[in-house]
Amino acid sequence: MTQAAIRKLRFSFRAGALATAVIALTFFLAPGTLHAQSQCLACHGDKSMGHSLYVNGKTFSASAHGVLQCTSCHTDIKGFPHPDHVAKVQCSTCHADQASDLKGSVHASHACTSCHGDGNPHAIFPKSDPRSAVYPLNIPRTCGRCHGNPALAKKYGLPNVYSMYMDSIHGFALSKEGLLVAANCQSCHGSHHILSHKNPQSPTYKTNIPDTCGKCHAKIEAEYDAGIHGKALAAGDLKAPVCTDCHTAHAILNPTDATFRMQSTPICGSCHKEKLTTYRDTFHSQLGMFGGYVETARCWDCHGAHDILPASDPHSRINKANLVETCGRCHAGANASFVQYQPHANPRNRKLSPGLYYVRLFMNLLLISVLTFFVLHTLLWVIRSRYNQIKNNGSKGGKDA
Amino acid sequence: MPDLEQMTAETKEHGKESTRYFLRFTSKQRYFHAVLFTTFLGLAATGLTMRFSDSIWARAVARAVGGFGAIIFFHKACAVVLTIAFLVHVKGVLSRGLVHRERGIFWGPTSMVANGKDLKDLFEHVRWFLGLGPRPQFDRYAYWEKFDYWAVFWGMVVIGFSGYAMWFAPFFAKFLPGWALNAVLVIHSDEGLLAILFIFSIHFVNTHLRPDSFPMDMVIFTGVESEEEFKAKRPLEYERLAREGKLEQRLAEAPGRFQINFSRVVGYAAIAIGLTLLALTLAAYFD
Repeated sequence: MTQAAIRKLRFSFRAGALATAVIALTFFLAPGTLHAQSQCLACHGDKSMGHSLYVNGKTFSASAHGVLQCTSCHTDIKGFPHPDHVAKVQCSTCHADQASDLKGSVHASHACTSCHGDGNPHAIFPKSDPRSAVYPLNIPRTCGRCHGNPALAKKYGLPNVYSMYMDSIHGFALSKEGLLVAANCQSCHGSHHILSHKNPQSPTYKTNIPDTCGKCHAKIEAEYDAGIHGKALAAGDLKAPVCTDCHTAHAILNPTDATFRMQSTPICGSCHKEKLTTYRDTFHSQLGMFGGYVETARCWDCHGAHDILPASDPHSRINKANLVETCGRCHAGANASFVQYQPHANPRNRKLSPGLYYVRLFMNLLLISVLTFFVLHTLLWVIRSRYNQIKNNGSKGGKDA
Repeated sequence: MPDLEQMTAETKEHGKESTRYFLRFTSKQRYFHAVLFTTFLGLAATGLTMRFSDSIWARAVARAVGGFGAIIFFHKACAVVLTIAFLVHVKGVLSRGLVHRERGIFWGPTSMVANGKDLKDLFEHVRWFLGLGPRPQFDRYAYWEKFDYWAVFWGMVVIGFSGYAMWFAPFFAKFLPGWALNAVLVIHSDEGLLAILFIFSIHFVNTHLRPDSFPMDMVIFTGVESEEEFKAKRPLEYERLAREGKLEQRLAEAPGRFQINFSRVVGYAAIAIGLTLLALTLAAYFD
């Protein structure tokens, strides 16, 4: 048989099969109505229909919407054959609340399927199903499709948060440990009603952050609320730091992590400028700058992290009555005299630290006078010796001036 | 040492017996100097790194040796060795002076204790620098050498005490007021800086780099110097020993080739490290 003959035979076979299917459909079904998924799948279950029209019947029937008929969503299809152009599915018909939430959010222009179904509207699973794009462990990847894209981040002026999150303690708990309770994107931002952090309704608005984090970190929130920063925020001081000011929003590190300990002192210092300067003069800071194996005191080692209280408060760690215990946590054998050490002493301030001021003055005068005298002495000596060498031995100089 | 090089060349021409060598420093004194400058370089390198911990090079050094835990370990280790050397030295001086009644150690031309002649020498020396008078004649220890000695002595007491006060702060707090714990860091750091700047600029030039000794006075390494050098640098001591007939007792052998080369390597390395640290200090200070 020739090639042409084979091709001809194959074509007539295919045409025959299609004709049989159409005849079978018209014969077995009441004309004009479509009921079962199987009826639609007779055509749409064929992969050769192409990506946009093909529906995997097996996946669809296992999905959240698997119990529904195709026409439950594709409501404008009344019978077969259906028109060439069919209307867009309206999820809001059933999911009215979610649709209205989405409409008021920053993602108003996005289709439901941009998150749900991993790009496949017929493969939407309930969020408790590990196959779901919004299953807790899958959420960062789903959001990261846009928010992990440097080009998109740049276009909308957003930080490229996906990589920050994945390297954070939350991301680590989620990706490495598979902790379902680990905070993922929607734990803080919500799901459908995501608002800008500048919107006072947003859970990520500054004054709402302690409550947002407190949903999981309840005890820390209580401590924070009782501390000086929490009280200031409650009193309406928007300069008071909230959780994310110290811990950052997405790149949250374990607070015992050396990197976090290194990066956080300047954060406190961005408001407490004078305290940072005086801290920089001390042993704690000079050695602490290196990081490394041994740690020196950072701000919160003495002041506390969340329950920071003024020294006048008897519950404060830096209240006189508590200093021996606070310093003693690092300095074994700390006593009443030891804790008179001033971790923020300023040797340049005569009124605040007179002893230190005069010690520094004396040391500086000693240093300057000794060096000035001897630098001059040595310079003159070198010049004179060289002069003698040249005078005695000609331009070549030589030893024994 | 050009002196010795020239000596050897002359010796070859005139015959060996024409150059005599005299002992200036005993081997014990030379070992002390070696321990002193080795630990001092270690203390300076680690101390400066801590003092200027916010400079780029300090962090690089910290990373290279394994964090500040390692830096402070080396600092303390050098400090302990130097403290032991200091105590051994003080004990030696006291036993020579008090037990063996060696009077010259506390007073007179062979003593480290300053006297009226040192003050006179200083004035005359400066007059000579300015061309206003003849060069003064020095005995065994010139005034700047005595200053070096006492600067190091005082420095070790002050820096050592303030250092141990920080190391064992809770213990020292038993008899020091609280603000003293703040003061010891200022004292330790400023006195340390003074010592570093002094040694790496003034001592290096006065003793090694000035034209008379350039590039290095080898006597602290070999222990001996030539008769010519002895006479030129310390005429009063030479004359005094000759007068007392003790010159022959100080005769020593010429330094061997290995001794000279070894001393050169060690000495140049020490000076190179010192000058590097001096440059880093100045860079960090004026940054």
